[in-house]
Amino acid sequence: MSFPLLTAAAVLPAAGAIATAAVPAARRTAAKWTALIASLGTLVLAGVVLARFEPGGDRYQLTESHAWIADFGVRYELGVDGIGAALIGLTALLMPFIILAGWRDADPAEEAEGAGGDRPGRRWRPVQGFFALILMVEAMVIISFAATDVFLFYIFFEAMLIPMYFLIGGFGDRAHAQSDEEAAKQRTYAAVKFLLYNLAGGLIMLAAVVGLYAVTADQLGEGTFSLQRIVEARAAGELEMAVTTERLLFLGFFFAFAIKAPLWPLHTWLPNAMGESTAPVAVLITAVMDKVGTFAMLRFCLGLFPGASDWATPVILVLALISIVYGALLAVGQRDIKRLIAYASVSHFGFIVLGIFAMTSQGQSGATLYMVNHGISTAVLMLVAGFLISRRGSRLIADYGGVQKVAPVLAGTFLIGGLATLSLPGLAPFVSEFLVLVGTFSRYPVIGIIATAGIVLAALYVLVLYQRTMTGPVKESLGRMPDLRPRELAVAAPLIALLIFLGVFPRPLTEIVNPAVEHTLSDVRKTDPRPDVPAQDLEAAK
Amino acid sequence: MSPMASVHSLWTLSAEEPLNVQAPEIEYAQLAPILIVVGAAVLGILVEAFLPRRARYHTQTLLAAVALASALASVIGLAAGGHGTTKALVAGMGSLAVDGPALFLQGTVLLVALVAVLTFAERRLDPAAHGKRVDSFAAQAAATPGGAAEQAAVKAGFTTTEVFPILLFAVAGLLVFPAANDLLTLFVALEVFSLPLYVLCALARRQRLLSQEAAVKYFLLGAFASAFLLFGTALMYGYAGTVTYGGIAQVISGDLQQVEPSVADTMGNDALLLIGGALILMGLLFKVGAVPFHMWTPDVYQGAPTPVTGFMAAATKVAAFGALLRILYVVLPGLRWDWRPVMWGVVIVTMLVGAIVAVTQTDVKRLLAYSSIAHAGFILAGVVATTPSGISSVLFYLLAYSFVTLGAFAVVTLVRDAGGEATHLSKWVGLGRRSPLVAAVFAIFLLAFAGIPLTSGFTGKFAVFKAAAEGGAGALVVVGVVSSAIAAFFYIRVIVLMFFNEPQPGGPSVAVPSALTTTAIAVGVAVTVVLGVAPQYFLDLAGQAGVFVR
Repeated sequence: MSFPLLTAAAVLPAAGAIATAAVPAARRTAAKWTALIASLGTLVLAGVVLARFEPGGDRYQLTESHAWIADFGVRYELGVDGIGAALIGLTALLMPFIILAGWRDADPAEEAEGAGGDRPGRRWRPVQGFFALILMVEAMVIISFAATDVFLFYIFFEAMLIPMYFLIGGFGDRAHAQSDEEAAKQRTYAAVKFLLYNLAGGLIMLAAVVGLYAVTADQLGEGTFSLQRIVEARAAGELEMAVTTERLLFLGFFFAFAIKAPLWPLHTWLPNAMGESTAPVAVLITAVMDKVGTFAMLRFCLGLFPGASDWATPVILVLALISIVYGALLAVGQRDIKRLIAYASVSHFGFIVLGIFAMTSQGQSGATLYMVNHGISTAVLMLVAGFLISRRGSRLIADYGGVQKVAPVLAGTFLIGGLATLSLPGLAPFVSEFLVLVGTFSRYPVIGIIATAGIVLAALYVLVLYQRTMTGPVKESLGRMPDLRPRELAVAAPLIALLIFLGVFPRPLTEIVNPAVEHTLSDVRKTDPRPDVPAQDLEAAK
Repeated sequence: MSPMASVHSLWTLSAEEPLNVQAPEIEYAQLAPILIVVGAAVLGILVEAFLPRRARYHTQTLLAAVALASALASVIGLAAGGHGTTKALVAGMGSLAVDGPALFLQGTVLLVALVAVLTFAERRLDPAAHGKRVDSFAAQAAATPGGAAEQAAVKAGFTTTEVFPILLFAVAGLLVFPAANDLLTLFVALEVFSLPLYVLCALARRQRLLSQEAAVKYFLLGAFASAFLLFGTALMYGYAGTVTYGGIAQVISGDLQQVEPSVADTMGNDALLLIGGALILMGLLFKVGAVPFHMWTPDVYQGAPTPVTGFMAAATKVAAFGALLRILYVVLPGLRWDWRPVMWGVVIVTMLVGAIVAVTQTDVKRLLAYSSIAHAGFILAGVVATTPSGISSVLFYLLAYSFVTLGAFAVVTLVRDAGGEATHLSKWVGLGRRSPLVAAVFAIFLLAFAGIPLTSGFTGKFAVFKAAAEGGAGALVVVGVVSSAIAAFFYIRVIVLMFFNEPQPGGPSVAVPSALTTTAIAVGVAVTVVLGVAPQYFLDLAGQAGVFVR
């Protein structure tokens, strides 16, 4: 038996989390280093996963399969296709930067130390907790990307909410306009809203998971959650779902993924969660965890319920379109930097969902690339915004101005992050956005045209944000704002380099993604629409 | 014939009769778990009577623990010997079933009781009274609260070591209840475990009035429920001419062997069957705390001493669901279409009412009480599935749920202020900062209650929902997930209070328990995690135990 690479890639951060949590309370720096080393080790393992993955090989590679809960027909089955491999790569890649960017976020505030009265207990260890929770999320996200058993996926899809909930609620952004008490209230609200939305989605999905078991048990003789087994059985005609059953099950799954993705009108938890959490946690939410939602649409919604996916496509495309335009419009109107980025993400998730449900190979490759590129570009923009906010202690755009004169490097990195967000050609997101639009256009021209409006609005909110905060006269209140420190530069620079690299040379990514997309399309029995050129034109051209 | 001869014949008549009576055959080996516990309970009373006061605590604790452990060992021995599967039988002249479900549930009750003894024996949480370590129970149960006699008893350092034999009697009843194979044994078992529980509820050391109020409420409502059960039994006898489960089932299914002359007029009258069956179910639904028979739950859970609440919430549920399963699957399966719609209604309102009312609670014990109602609803969803996987899923859920409950109530005993346990939720604010470990453990239990994956609560919930879906009750699954979502809200609220709010000055402190409570909590956590991550062995166990003997 070969080395269980995928399990190792998930176990390593989990073990790192436990090790980090076990570091004694006073030794905060040791805890941080433990977490960073664990995340770097995971990155190495993810690199090995990508290197071992053969684009032309089997659909699912590096597979592992063990008996787990036989009574429920559940097996511990892992395996990656190109999409999963790319997203595991993204997760492992971002994590060291998230940890590095959050290096000081959980340090106890100085004033809290000296305050008399009721001090937290001796064992209260926020720093250890913060980094341990981040690593827990990483472990669970990686398992979710690798799971080819629906039940296994569901378990970690749900379980990752808990560490994330503690990250949002327990470690808020200190830069808050109101009092500490008000900040705590807002943060708690955001955390509870996050958890309730996602838990509700997850529980609805649980009903659908149970339903899926009942259907397979009824028709295959024994209940199973194995994705491959179900897809094969459907292809062979062994497993016939009644139309209504399939649609209900699809909706149960899709609802959960649409909340996590998040798709309009289920997106409202995201701005709260991203606004109130620290910048690294906000990146963890939008760049890493939310990708599980869109990834699961591709893998589970389309794979398990092709007929229902086809049936639901028109509605989902419209919802995606609304997300694109509505998210962008709200981003234009935001006064809070982090909420602006959150709404921009809503708009981008609209593009991803659009690409998935356009049901063309360009659309779905584009969507997968979009997930990766959006992860990197949002990480740059959000983390640099976090550095900016930590300097001034405010999230309001109006509190900034002329930053590029006092902190040119910070302003420059922020600009690149912003330009990536608006999909400037030459930076990675351009490739994916272009592919999504082309893919959509070839099947649904009108929707493609409307979606293009999202690009225009993106240019508006990014450039206005930059103009208001970075250009113009320097605000008095900014004082002598320090530029990026070496640690902060170490976060921003590699990510920017990656954005540029993938912008001009996306082939390594498309090479592993494309075969997986072909498989997914064949699951839903779709082929790309033929180019619609009248025959005589072709003749004339000859 | 001479007058003498007639006299003689009279004598001989009366002398001959008793010879025909056969001595009952008792399968002592198969009934050993029950007999051990009853014997130890009687012994415990003798200990109270004859041993000096200072020796009682250790003797009683040891006696109870050893008795429960050996009873558990004999249950395991019986199960290993195949008495749960191939050698299942009806013992005690038809009164008790020794089969898979009975052994599984008896094992669960004994495990729960064993852990509960640890929390009963805890003597480090309450500050020492007059230099003597005391537990959660009243110094002298008979003394008037606040009266001179009580003060004297406290001053003398009295403790109520009677709780251990009382607990053992309750356990004996709980062991018989799920195994009872006729309605009279069922009723007797009900009384045998209920009466000790009423007494235990009244024994809180702190807030004695609240505790006594709880006991009286529990007693009055419980007496009603017993009366329903008994009345139902009478009607059932009128219908079937017998009180044995197998006999009633035969009459219902129509292959009647012989008519009982005394009730020949009413036998086979469906009105008696339906009313009698409904009354019996009401009596049992009262014990499991299903809506609309749940009213006693919050008051009793709140008022009873917390170790008792933990034991009662776990063990009573296990035994009562066992009895309910046996009635529905052995006695009334032929009536599936009659009781199903009603039970569906009960399941739906139980899940929803439990979850919705819990949202407004401000006391942690009341909150757990309403949560137990919601959980009763989830378990009932598995009960009404009427499939073999329904039985095994309920068995598994009961195992999982009891340990979460025991653990959660054990944690409640730790959080204290000057007035004893601080159960009001406002006192729990900031607990996560003050004592992260205790708060984290409680959070694990709350997440298990909420059914978050990787905890036993999720596995159990999935098992019953799966069984319900297979049994064609998809609608119940949907209501189940909706009420889970509602229920999640209040579990999360407690986590928010503990972790995301700053501790208040003068808030409660967390008492450092002795190894007893620590062990109890550790067992709770271990079971919660193991059943969440690697439940297969226990699912197998429950699956093998899923067949009732007739």
